[in-house]
Amino acid sequence: MSEILRDHADEATRDVPQEAPEPGRPSTSQPVDQAVVRPGEALDLPPAAAAEHVTLNQRRARQVVAMGGGDWAEVTARADAEGDDDLMVINMGPQHPATHGVLRLVVELRGEEVVKLEPVIGYLHTGIEKSIEFRTWVQGVTFVTRMDYLSPIFNETAYCLAVEKLLGVEPPRRARALRVLLMELNRVASHLVWLATTGLELGALSVMLYGFREREEILDILEDVTGLRMNHAWVRPAGVVQDLPDGTEDKIRRFVRDMRAKADEYETLLTNNPIWLERTRGIGHLSQDRLIELGVTGPMLRASGLAHDLRKAEPYSGYEQYDFEVPTATGSDVYARYQVRLAEMRQSLRIVEQVLDSLPGGPVMIEDPKVGWPARLALGPDGLGNSPAHVNHIMGESMEALIHHFKMVTEGFKVPAGEVYVTVESPRGELGYHVVSDGSNLPYRVHVRDPSFVNLQTGGPMAEGLLVADVIAAMSSIDPVLGGVDR
Amino acid sequence: MGTGSGLEKLPGGILVTTVEKLANWARKGSLWPATFGLACCAIEMMATGAGRYDLARFGMEVFRASPRQADLMIVAGRVSQKMAPVLRTIYDQMPEPKWVISMGVCATSGGMFNNYAIVQGVDQIVPVDMYVPGCPPRPELLMDGIIRLHEKIKKGEPRSKLVLQEA
Amino acid sequence: MSQVQPPRETTATPPDALQPVLTGLRERFGQAEPQVTGHRGEVTVELDRAHLVDVATWLRDDPAARFRHLSDLSGTDYPDRPDRLCVDYHLYSLEHNVRLRLKVRVTVEDPHVPSVTGVWPTANFHEREVYDFFGVRFDGHPNLVRILMPEDWKGYPQRKDYPLGGVDVDYHGAHVPPPDTRRYKGGWTST
Repeated sequence: MSEILRDHADEATRDVPQEAPEPGRPSTSQPVDQAVVRPGEALDLPPAAAAEHVTLNQRRARQVVAMGGGDWAEVTARADAEGDDDLMVINMGPQHPATHGVLRLVVELRGEEVVKLEPVIGYLHTGIEKSIEFRTWVQGVTFVTRMDYLSPIFNETAYCLAVEKLLGVEPPRRARALRVLLMELNRVASHLVWLATTGLELGALSVMLYGFREREEILDILEDVTGLRMNHAWVRPAGVVQDLPDGTEDKIRRFVRDMRAKADEYETLLTNNPIWLERTRGIGHLSQDRLIELGVTGPMLRASGLAHDLRKAEPYSGYEQYDFEVPTATGSDVYARYQVRLAEMRQSLRIVEQVLDSLPGGPVMIEDPKVGWPARLALGPDGLGNSPAHVNHIMGESMEALIHHFKMVTEGFKVPAGEVYVTVESPRGELGYHVVSDGSNLPYRVHVRDPSFVNLQTGGPMAEGLLVADVIAAMSSIDPVLGGVDR
Repeated sequence: MGTGSGLEKLPGGILVTTVEKLANWARKGSLWPATFGLACCAIEMMATGAGRYDLARFGMEVFRASPRQADLMIVAGRVSQKMAPVLRTIYDQMPEPKWVISMGVCATSGGMFNNYAIVQGVDQIVPVDMYVPGCPPRPELLMDGIIRLHEKIKKGEPRSKLVLQEA
Repeated sequence: MSQVQPPRETTATPPDALQPVLTGLRERFGQAEPQVTGHRGEVTVELDRAHLVDVATWLRDDPAARFRHLSDLSGTDYPDRPDRLCVDYHLYSLEHNVRLRLKVRVTVEDPHVPSVTGVWPTANFHEREVYDFFGVRFDGHPNLVRILMPEDWKGYPQRKDYPLGGVDVDYHGAHVPPPDTRRYKGGWTST
């Protein structure tokens, strides 16, 4: 990527490797800056490299690094043309502590007040949707889980629900209940991060530490169940990959009890705190109609009074069995969104308890050999590795089973042709997956409707007339996760 | 007062060496990171700075927002093509001496995203002093990387060549 | 590239709440010849782009429909077909709690689709994204520029003929080519 450090005297257009796409393009193994030292490497550079290096320095001395965002010149030109001396155009981000991830805000200010705000995104674009088209259906789970990285279980579940809908299968009851269990724990964790980062941005630094402290408890539980703290790849099409280990239930119950007390602590600290009220009441107000026009869902919409929750409206994965409320507030400002999220945390704890009370027995992965994960990851009696019975079967007893195992793991299952659109209620709103299959073992197209992507469009309307510090509060009340926005 | 034993040089030698060692010890003892959290690794970096895996005990809890006040850039997360120039600009704004930790496999080598959108390793843009693998690396793993970097700094090992040759 | 077969009609009757919508659609916009298909409980209406905005406005405003919420606007590339770029509109009615999909197909030579930002302002970012990745031009969009790729990027990454990109990886003597050259699509046994 030394193309980044280009000299403007050379060419006008950016020389990106994909300018003329050729399939089968040779690998970009051109020598990069020799200046990178691996630990332990010798210091002496051969003379040729040193000469190159001087050139690099000279080049860098004369150049201007373009920041991306060609609209900058336009925006400043417009501000100049208006002849308004007070009008300033400032750029917040993409590296900025007070934006949730790499979000860039181009803000036009008249004095201290915002005249116009435009969010610029794409700084975390990863090409996940295209990457999935080259992986099997099961491998797709590992990609989607890294989109909205604060609520990975939701990504995985929504994707697997879409694949199951296309397949026309249902996961076992226990798998459905376990998915709900982990989804609600993940919702609490995500709202805790929101509370922590919002507190940090508004200056309540101790809330940051409290939020992460509670989140560590949840991550411990998630690590016990799935094996990883984040990006679990635990939910698979037609089930989940592993059952709860012993002792998890008690751990979760203890956590629920403690979390209720901690949620009370947060309320005591913030809800009637005059500073918190000053900074969040009346900030970032948008009417309900405007929110629906902008396609907003989730806590932002519920904070305007509309009790729309996909868990109630279009129940999935067994949500209809559990008794919970959909909290709403009427202020439709940052404070109302805070109230809604805090109440949602409590409701999630209610659901977690109900799931534990009513957890059915049975398998966690579908029995159908054509779809279910074949390795039968039940631990053997020695506590290590795959189920010896299964391994013995495929290695010793049945050639067909071995071939089948091999094909299932490398090639994966085939999904009948068609397209579906499946939604779940993620902590940020409606997370939708538009999945198209052409009947093969690789997904044809997976498009993710990420709630943060859509909710970010409220940034502009909300920010008009606000002070800069309020912009921070308003943007943070959207709770954007740029991994999902940019995918 | 021997002759030829280098004793004439000794006082000067000790003084300079001590100052260098002192400087290195001070540098590693309060290495302030610049916030460069991009994706999932950023959350683990925040968790490392939070209560349980406390980075404050290493003098690093102040994540400086401005790169002008930071010594260390922890590139936490995947670097997209659009973000690459920004990364370089932030790195250039940091004053000497500065170090870079590439946290996570996406920053180290592109990770699981071997495609058009992600820079395949942040060392193509900035010189890296410590690579911390993981997807995302556990807070303990990140701390291990940070402590190894501290050792490197304390020993006064030279930083990456790009920096040296510029000077 | 394998043929994308059209989905089988697995729902003979659409959900009850959609019946008045489909009836009204056929009555009012019969000349637009909407093609209605169903699969796995979801109903898709395929339209010509000329009637898109009228149908969209009617779907948003008609009391039996009230699809005020545009959930998603996604693009897909079907290179086997002459009209390879396909834009899907996923609509949701908050009042009636029912979903509908609209589909519009265009060719690469003439990739223009009227913008629905006048009907659903949320389409702003979505249409920019479909433009960015597929090259579909939405006529009437207030600010149709790239949204996720850098502004001066050439090419439309999510079309099927755009390479995935990526580099070869050499690790301890093993050579791993980029993902789009590795996996044999269709499986080990091709039939």
